[in-house]
Amino acid sequence: MTDARWDVAPGDRPAIPASEQRASSGFLVYTIGLLLAVILTITSFWVANTSAIWAPGVPAGLAVLAIAQMGVHLVFFLHITTGPDSTHNVLALAFGVLIVFLVLAGSLVIMANLNENMMAHGEMINLQMQR
Amino acid sequence: MNLLGKLSWAAIPLHEPIIMGTVASVGAVILAALAWVTVKGYWPHLWREWITSVDHKRIGVMYLVFALIMLVRGFADGIMMRTQQAVAAGGAQGYLPPEHFDQIFSAHGTIMIFFVAMPLVIGLMNFAVPLQLGVRDVAFPTMNSVSLWLTATGILLINVSLFVGEFAKTGWVAYPPLSELQFSPGVGVDYYLWSLQISGIGTLLSGVNFVTTILKVRAPGMTYMRMPVFCWTALASNLLIVAAFPVLTALFAMLLLDRYLGFHFFTLDAGGNAMMYVNLFWVWGHPEVYILVLPAFGIYSEVSATFSGKPLFGYRSMVGATLVICVLSYTVWLHHFFTMGASAGLNAFFGITSMIIGVPTGVKVFNWLFTMYGGRVRFTVPVLWTIGFMVTFVFGGLTGVLLALPAVDWQVHNSVFLIAHFHHVIIPGVLFGAIAGYNYWFPKAFGFKLDERWGAASFWCWFIGFHLAFMPLYVTGLMGMTRRLQHYDVLAWQPWLLVAEAGAVIVMAGIICQVVQLVVSIRHREQLRDTTGDPWNGRTLEWATASPPPAWNFAVLPRVDELDAFWAKKQRVLTKQALPGRPHRYEPIEVPKNSPAGFVTAFFAVITGFALIWHIWWMAGIGLLGAAVTWLAFMFRVEGEVEISAEQVGQFDRTHVVEVSL
Amino acid sequence: MNVAVEMDDVRQSELVNVSEAGPAPKRIIASFGFWIFLLSDIVMFSALFASYAVLAKASAGGPTGTQLFNLRTAAMETAFLLLSSYSCGLMSLAINSRQHFGTFFGAVVTFLLGAAFLNLELREFHDMIAMGAAPQRSAFLSAFFTLVGCHGLHVTIGLVWLVLMMVQLSIRGFQGVVLRRLHCFSLFWHALDIIWVLIFTIVYLMGVLP
Repeated sequence: MTDARWDVAPGDRPAIPASEQRASSGFLVYTIGLLLAVILTITSFWVANTSAIWAPGVPAGLAVLAIAQMGVHLVFFLHITTGPDSTHNVLALAFGVLIVFLVLAGSLVIMANLNENMMAHGEMINLQMQR
Repeated sequence: MNLLGKLSWAAIPLHEPIIMGTVASVGAVILAALAWVTVKGYWPHLWREWITSVDHKRIGVMYLVFALIMLVRGFADGIMMRTQQAVAAGGAQGYLPPEHFDQIFSAHGTIMIFFVAMPLVIGLMNFAVPLQLGVRDVAFPTMNSVSLWLTATGILLINVSLFVGEFAKTGWVAYPPLSELQFSPGVGVDYYLWSLQISGIGTLLSGVNFVTTILKVRAPGMTYMRMPVFCWTALASNLLIVAAFPVLTALFAMLLLDRYLGFHFFTLDAGGNAMMYVNLFWVWGHPEVYILVLPAFGIYSEVSATFSGKPLFGYRSMVGATLVICVLSYTVWLHHFFTMGASAGLNAFFGITSMIIGVPTGVKVFNWLFTMYGGRVRFTVPVLWTIGFMVTFVFGGLTGVLLALPAVDWQVHNSVFLIAHFHHVIIPGVLFGAIAGYNYWFPKAFGFKLDERWGAASFWCWFIGFHLAFMPLYVTGLMGMTRRLQHYDVLAWQPWLLVAEAGAVIVMAGIICQVVQLVVSIRHREQLRDTTGDPWNGRTLEWATASPPPAWNFAVLPRVDELDAFWAKKQRVLTKQALPGRPHRYEPIEVPKNSPAGFVTAFFAVITGFALIWHIWWMAGIGLLGAAVTWLAFMFRVEGEVEISAEQVGQFDRTHVVEVSL
Repeated sequence: MNVAVEMDDVRQSELVNVSEAGPAPKRIIASFGFWIFLLSDIVMFSALFASYAVLAKASAGGPTGTQLFNLRTAAMETAFLLLSSYSCGLMSLAINSRQHFGTFFGAVVTFLLGAAFLNLELREFHDMIAMGAAPQRSAFLSAFFTLVGCHGLHVTIGLVWLVLMMVQLSIRGFQGVVLRRLHCFSLFWHALDIIWVLIFTIVYLMGVLP
């Protein structure tokens, strides 16, 4: 059974069994990840508070920074790679991301559409049953 | 402060003769059963071999037992409604007052979806998937037991609601604002929410378990394209469970927060948005029906291939169609609320996706037909159910394509036309498939076949009864009859509803035939004994074991070289290219240890659920504490596995030499 | 787990592809199963996010995000959680090297940082309720408290789990089952930080935009 090239468990660093991963190279990986995450976080807070950026672009910028930081976490802390031994983990993640996207985007589009058509503001106040 | 929260003696509906009669008779049966078990001294055996078992085969059987018992209750609710509608026309009021009728249709839907269809499908997957994959058990056996018993908790709570308190009167979907505290101040909706929330955790854990098993725990040599189709459909179904049930958990949590802590997610005031409930409910609800039907499709694939004596036609397109259905099922959910007010463009988008999703199902139907074409078809009971499915489901699916047109749906939404449609797909789709699977795998589970004559009789009663019960509803739906009517004034509907009532009675005969089939089969089990482990000349690995298989399934995990591994091995033996192999050297096998963790967790879940429903806060605290202690005890247990000695394995193999010779 | 290949079919040299190598080792099974569970948890959070997004403007005349959210507090909470994720990573390195002291030290730091995060968050909730911005005030506040509170509940469960794991580690040492559970804990802890990135971006940062 040890002949087989096993997949990597999610969270383990690829190609090296957990017990053989050298602590020093691991330390570098985590530290770089932390620094990148800190930079992205500080940038996000700055973007939200500055007037130097065109206002309608701010939400998009924040979204990009958030996605980048999630990527940093996935790669540096959770060791998700595109290697062939990580396929299951990546596919599962991709499936999860797809579902999250469908739920979020679908719900937002549908609810916005429904609210626009159905929620006439100010006229819904007296919907409670008159007892 | 009231120590018992909202609970008082007034919760027991002593003035309702129907309920009290039911409780008395069911109670008598339960007490008789418990007394019989006690007198015979079966408790130690029951505890050791079944209740604390983590064996997927035992767990699968228990799921089916729960499902079949709940089928009786769900069907009783159904026939009560049919009877009420058959008589309550014009001046007649029928025998069910509206408050009671409302609880019945709510309970009927909830029970049939969550406590009949889900356990049937999960139970069959539990039993067959590890055997078909050629392995010893699922990835997480103790968690499997927890899933089973949490489902049982939900079942117990919903049955307790019959005689302590009330059930929801909101329909099985429980839309706010009706389900909010303002309009449903009683405990009914709380029974609904807690029983489903608790059993939902069990289902989600099952999903995690089976996805991991199918992807990571297979026999050596079994690549993805050598897996039986049932395992592919099980994978797709469990992926959907993992993807959809968390949404339901979040949704019910939000409604519970509204009801218990005065939050405003879906209330009429303070900015709540009831439409969001409907949206999120169906984000779960549509994948749910595919969770139910995909394993049934898998069963049809196995049955049609086995009993035609041919390989399944179009294996790759079957796998492809299954995965496409899996993904597309997450793109159609708005078709459940076309009439809620979305724009024409948005409605049209979802109408189109709803039609597209019919295509992969059509691919499957053609594959089954081509499997049987040119084969030597044996008309066993599973094949009867399969042909019945093919003939019926196609028409039900067509009415679905009709309903996918928003313009058509606007005419018939929430009429009995819709009721007819979804029963027209769920009953032949899920229920016929589950019954086919039950007949197909019964000999593997218990060592003897089910009686064929009573099986055929039950099929014909179901087939005829189903059509009589539901086809008239298309007609009355088009005549304007809405759903959930306790009484109506349009006398023109009554003849149709009387036909529907006759259909329900014939279905009841079908259920009785199934009970008789089981009793007769047990009586005649020696004549019906399966002596080879392979009663149907099967194609997949579960038939390479004894009937019933030992706890460890396979003494040696089979090496798989192609699709339909067992069939291929048999052919090689027949043509003398290979000897029937029995390993000359047996090794000790480790099997997971039995554990009371599942049962005890569920026991505390019942206490917690009941306490929360009735606002008995101290009792809820005790229940949660008990569950936490159970977790700790399990977490710190020392031995998780038990070793079966090589001698024991060898001894079993030698005694069952005929059955395990391949 | 005992896997013996049938005697008449020994083709060991062909057993290279992972999809046909038989049942996977326990570490992979346990980690992958937990990974799938985490994905289901993330789907649950997405439903809560969707509700929050829909209700974010439904403040029913009550306090809005712009009025309530303190970005300094959010920044500190972010720092604490991010650093605790880092210390959890260092703890994983110590576990891989089977170093008892490094593991306990990493665990203590992770715990303290996580507890600091929770402390700030509970203070924030308390202050909001004290000034009348309770979850019962409006749909927006219901959604805020539920989304952020659910994350906080997960953090609490994580801290309890961490303590239990340290107890188990001290009793059992680096046994297989203990290693698997510690690994699942680190997956959980990192995932919580990922969710927090979304929360501080969508709830706090976007919530104070004009």
